[in-house]
Amino acid sequence: MPKITYVDASGKERTVEGKNGMTVMETAIKHNVPGIDADCGGACACATCHVYVDAAFTDKVGKPSAMEQSMLDFAENVKENSRLSCQIKIRDDLDGLKVTTPESQH
Amino acid sequence: MGASPKSIVIIGAGQAGGQAAASLRQHGYEGALTLVGDEPQPPYQRPPLSKAYLKGELEADRLWIKPLEFYDDNRIELVTGVAATSIDAHAKHVELSSGARVPFDAAIIATGARPRKLPAPGAQLDGVLDLRTLADVDKLKPRLVPGSRLVVVGAGYIGLEAAAVAVKLGAQVTVLEAAPRVLGRVAGPAISRFYEDVHRAAGVDLRVGVKLEGFEGDTKVTGVRLAEAGTIPCDLVLVGIGVHPNVEIAHTAGIMVGDGIHTDGETRTAHPDIYAIGDVARRPLVHYHREGRLESVHNAIEGGKMAAAAILGLPAPTLEAPWFWSDQYDLKLQTAGLWTGADEMVTRGDPGSRVFAVFYLKEGRVLAVDAVNSGPEFIVGKKLAAASSRVEPAVLADKSISMKDIAAKAAS
Repeated sequence: MPKITYVDASGKERTVEGKNGMTVMETAIKHNVPGIDADCGGACACATCHVYVDAAFTDKVGKPSAMEQSMLDFAENVKENSRLSCQIKIRDDLDGLKVTTPESQH
Repeated sequence: MGASPKSIVIIGAGQAGGQAAASLRQHGYEGALTLVGDEPQPPYQRPPLSKAYLKGELEADRLWIKPLEFYDDNRIELVTGVAATSIDAHAKHVELSSGARVPFDAAIIATGARPRKLPAPGAQLDGVLDLRTLADVDKLKPRLVPGSRLVVVGAGYIGLEAAAVAVKLGAQVTVLEAAPRVLGRVAGPAISRFYEDVHRAAGVDLRVGVKLEGFEGDTKVTGVRLAEAGTIPCDLVLVGIGVHPNVEIAHTAGIMVGDGIHTDGETRTAHPDIYAIGDVARRPLVHYHREGRLESVHNAIEGGKMAAAAILGLPAPTLEAPWFWSDQYDLKLQTAGLWTGADEMVTRGDPGSRVFAVFYLKEGRVLAVDAVNSGPEFIVGKKLAAASSRVEPAVLADKSISMKDIAAKAAS
């Protein structure tokens, strides 16, 4: 089971066990990780599950799709390593993935 | 509400009720909290029911808004499969169908809505289905096999989403709409035309302006009879012609209702300790200076947050322009704002490219946007609608001007 670490804006870390095929967003919701709202439930329709992917994993996680990028373009405080966590599916090689949540999703 | 409440009951365990419970605890409310729902499941997401879940791409437990442990961990007494039957507004308790009584200092009505039934002969036949609950879709899904013949009555979002899924599953699909165009209540004509073309190209037999006379069959539906165009043989009918708000519980509390339970800008009903949120509530639409009843995830979530804040005496959350989305085939439609009252519609981009948006304006100000595969138009359009921004139609129509520039200009 790949482990995923969520870091909130204040630096507090929470590590939880993910399941292959589920998204980083769903895993956060399942474990009550604060900082990810995911209002649309993962439909790539609301940009409220924005995370920053840790530098060690940006290549493995990959780039956002065109649709995701267009949503991200207008989220608050977007950085080079921004992704929508509903679009990142957990796989074995993402074991140890660390993502940081922004201060606000709105 | 004067002193802070010691017991809160939420009637209805859907997206709105679930959000209210979560928000109350998130804000530090420590008293008793009961969440009562008449469906057997914990609060779950309804949008995927006509999309990914119907397609078979999601397991039911991935629909749960919060994991089951959440309710225990947060001392939320989740009572499922039990309906609230009445509210005694004087004695301050809610009666449940189980016979139990739940006392409250504050009550939130989040009972949602139920599908409208067709007043047509044969509507009760086996195989004539609705799509609102998990139970509904669990009845529909196993019957949607390759070659099955489905007639969808009503070309709103749910009907069209289900039609799109059914075609992909290999069903033979007919969509019947009484109005002259699809999505007539929720979108402008350009969007209607686009989706009509898309569905027809996908193989759906889409008919608008048709009058339905009734359903045929002895026990099981075998056909849909039209007023002027004979009978369409079928194995299954899905009726998606809108909903009725579940207002009955408010009557028992002596609260007047119309199309929905009237609330103030803080979700409070005519009774100071009873609140109403979600599909059942009729609330001020602050961006539009009128009231209305919204049927959307956004409205449910926002209502839950608003009620929690109001009950606990906290500042109200910032209200967004209403928003919504619909997935059909490879198309993501994202809507922000409410288009009703528009006197001008501006198309940005070419519908033929399947990436375009329609902006709705009134007296030069943005009311709403329908964005197809167009994230920037949606996100910026949501802000423009919320601020009722004035934008030149020619600017909105000009794809060479980016939405970022349009947003910056509108804000200046």
